[in-house]
Amino acid sequence: MKIRAQLQGDVADVKVLMFHPMETGLRKDPISGEVIPLHFIQRVVATHNGKTVMDAQWSQAVSKNPFVNFRIRGAKPGDKIAVSWEDNKGERASIETTLN
Amino acid sequence: MRPTVRTQRPPGKSSRRKFLRTVALGSAYVATFAAGWLHPVHLLAAEWNKAAFDAKALADTLKSIGASSVADSDQIQLKAPEIAENGAIVPVEITSRIPGTQTIYVIADKNPQPLVAIFDIAAGLEPFISTRIKMGESSKVRVLVKAGGKFYVATQEVKVTIGGCGG
Repeated sequence: MKIRAQLQGDVADVKVLMFHPMETGLRKDPISGEVIPLHFIQRVVATHNGKTVMDAQWSQAVSKNPFVNFRIRGAKPGDKIAVSWEDNKGERASIETTLN
Repeated sequence: MRPTVRTQRPPGKSSRRKFLRTVALGSAYVATFAAGWLHPVHLLAAEWNKAAFDAKALADTLKSIGASSVADSDQIQLKAPEIAENGAIVPVEITSRIPGTQTIYVIADKNPQPLVAIFDIAAGLEPFISTRIKMGESSKVRVLVKAGGKFYVATQEVKVTIGGCGG
């Protein structure tokens, strides 16, 4: 996972890149011919100093290695921004950054 | 976590190559965090709207999210390409100027399951989201905004050259 947050005045512009195959369950393995099972991020939560600002539910139709860009108001240097995801197999990841 | 290798790739995709390199580097990050060095933020136990995401007909999708009546709005700005060369990566950028925007829904009308994503906008978040979605074929991208318990919509037609759901 990667995160980049930039302060523009009191707004934090946050860009997040997650590393996930986002399998639709429709793709076949080119060698074995077997269907690759559904595997995708279902929930993404972003927090600002521990307070939830964005709570997202996703389908398998979000692109592979999902990218999301959002903006948080009332941000200042030293604030912590964290993003977590959880997929349909219960796998998780999270990342945190501090504004400067 | 390694990117899938495709046998065919359109020419002139060096940016994709660069992107894949970024992905490879990023796997190291994931490994670091997976090791528990950074504790994952506790995810809310809120429900994933299975009925809405599983719906195959647009009418059912709308019903499942409670959007029985939807008003067109020029206060929703939807930026998406008119022609998407690769249906696997269609950038969409949404800005809502509707006061009290609570939720943004992203729908690709002709995808096998039309609902792509739901973004709950809590206090402190600007009603702006930019992301990338997959589209199986050319269709409308439909953005619904829920504000004050009412639903508003903006649409844009996206022509997809190569579909991005199967392959």
